[in-house]
Amino acid sequence: MKILVALKQVPDTESKIKVAADGKSLDPADVKWITSPYDEYALEEAIRIKETKGAEVTALSVGGDSAKDVLKNALALGADTAVLLKGDGQGDAFAVAQMIAAYAKDKGFDLILCGNKGLGGDNAAMGPMLAELMGVAQANVIVKLELGEGTFKAEREIEGGSEIVEGALPAVITAQKGLNEPRYASLKGIMAAKKKTIEELEAAPVTAGAQVSALALPPERPAGRKLEGDAAAQAQALIQALKDEAKVF
Amino acid sequence: MILVFCELKDGQIRKPSAEALSEGRRLADATGKKLGALFAGASCAGSAEAAKYGADVILTAEAGSLASYSSDAFAAVLADAVKAKGATVLLAAATAVGKDVAPRAAARLGAGYASDVTGLSMVDGKLQAVRPVYAGKAFATTSFASAVQVATTRPNVFPAAEKAGAGAAETLSTPAGDFKSVVKEILAKASGKVDLSEANVIVSGGRGMKDGANFKILEELADAIGGVVGASRAAVDAGWGLPHSMQVGQTGKVVSPTLYIACGISGAIQHIAGMSGSKFIVAINKDPEAPIFKLADYGIVGDLFEVVPELTKAAKAMGIGSN
Repeated sequence: MKILVALKQVPDTESKIKVAADGKSLDPADVKWITSPYDEYALEEAIRIKETKGAEVTALSVGGDSAKDVLKNALALGADTAVLLKGDGQGDAFAVAQMIAAYAKDKGFDLILCGNKGLGGDNAAMGPMLAELMGVAQANVIVKLELGEGTFKAEREIEGGSEIVEGALPAVITAQKGLNEPRYASLKGIMAAKKKTIEELEAAPVTAGAQVSALALPPERPAGRKLEGDAAAQAQALIQALKDEAKVF
Repeated sequence: MILVFCELKDGQIRKPSAEALSEGRRLADATGKKLGALFAGASCAGSAEAAKYGADVILTAEAGSLASYSSDAFAAVLADAVKAKGATVLLAAATAVGKDVAPRAAARLGAGYASDVTGLSMVDGKLQAVRPVYAGKAFATTSFASAVQVATTRPNVFPAAEKAGAGAAETLSTPAGDFKSVVKEILAKASGKVDLSEANVIVSGGRGMKDGANFKILEELADAIGGVVGASRAAVDAGWGLPHSMQVGQTGKVVSPTLYIACGISGAIQHIAGMSGSKFIVAINKDPEAPIFKLADYGIVGDLFEVVPELTKAAKAMGIGSN
């Protein structure tokens, strides 16, 4: 079985977001870069399949040189090979999906795994777009995955519960928190990864879909007020204020 | 034409779909276009309700093969409808189904896609979207390079305004079957309460709750004021047995209720990112320096184990019921 895992490098969740001088992109100063957490679940799932059923795992990332960190980490965790598609999707999920589809088209992957969304861009779109471009099945926001002979059965998170999706391989499966508990890289893995090379390819030219034309910080919230008194008085004052001032009730 | 994919539940249009439809009406009015409401399933009974939200045309793709949701089949229905009607804008609500089908339909149409948008406008005849990125730490204005433009609307943001439309019924051809994937079973949670992403009132607990069992007092308050219970990442990761589906924050659900009550939540950046879109925020915390107070419209410095039951009592005494 051949598995492709698409990984995205994103700003850490604790990063303070600042807008760059161009008014439409993120100011990269002081930003710590990590592998998107949802992609880590995708990678862990691929490695577990490799361990239990046997598989060849290719880790892929679209980006510049800095994305190699994500791939080195993937190799240390157990990916067999790593590919950097050199290109800039500029936050356009359709562009990135086309780049990955162009690479993956003739490689015979049985399974393509990625996060259900890239942290930050929050599009939650690359996976389904890739599935459509490849003409294969999809299952998104997955918390459980079972593979059969040329088939899959996945549990997907929906409003107020979950649902079971069944389909045929090849498929694009996007991971949700809860799918597994990602491991840490072992020293042995890190050492072994140092011997592996990352294949670097120019990303295929793409048709743009949607692009960010401006990035702005949300307006500051007006200062609130603290409610005084003992617990009963505070509670009374709050419910009253929510009813009369905020008109929530 | 502006086309809006709508979901039905128990023969009624789901609220997030009604919101998307209303926004579609507004965009159609701004550009002199027609509004089409699109339904798909084994039965589209109830679709006539779309006229109430201003649909000029109600398109239904009805077939036994569409009884269960299938990503590829529904994406094909949406894309075919866009092509058949020559629509330039396709909207859906950013629900579990909407977020699954809309990007796939967009790719099928060679179109750009903006997800979970909180603002839409037509600029020079093309859609422009404003959407939260970095889980609401910033907002991105998104414009489209493609002729067809696809977007999903975040629930609870756009008002579902009633405005009568002609609602002329039209049926669409349907795919034959043999789909790549299909939903076999729905495992619903027992509570039957609305999902956090659609809730109007959320009562959320953090590390200060000390134990999962203590969330009972939040449940009681939520029941008294018609809300649902959420949790911070710290609480979900604490091993208290709280499911991830309860998590509000950058790596959980991003919510925008009318009222968000944060109990024992300090206000880590990653949590704030998930709830700062709430209309009113209440913070209850022992620590007067907790960052959550900077965000709160109303702050209570105190012991949540005393304050929360008092809130429940006060709400009941004032006759605040489910809204």
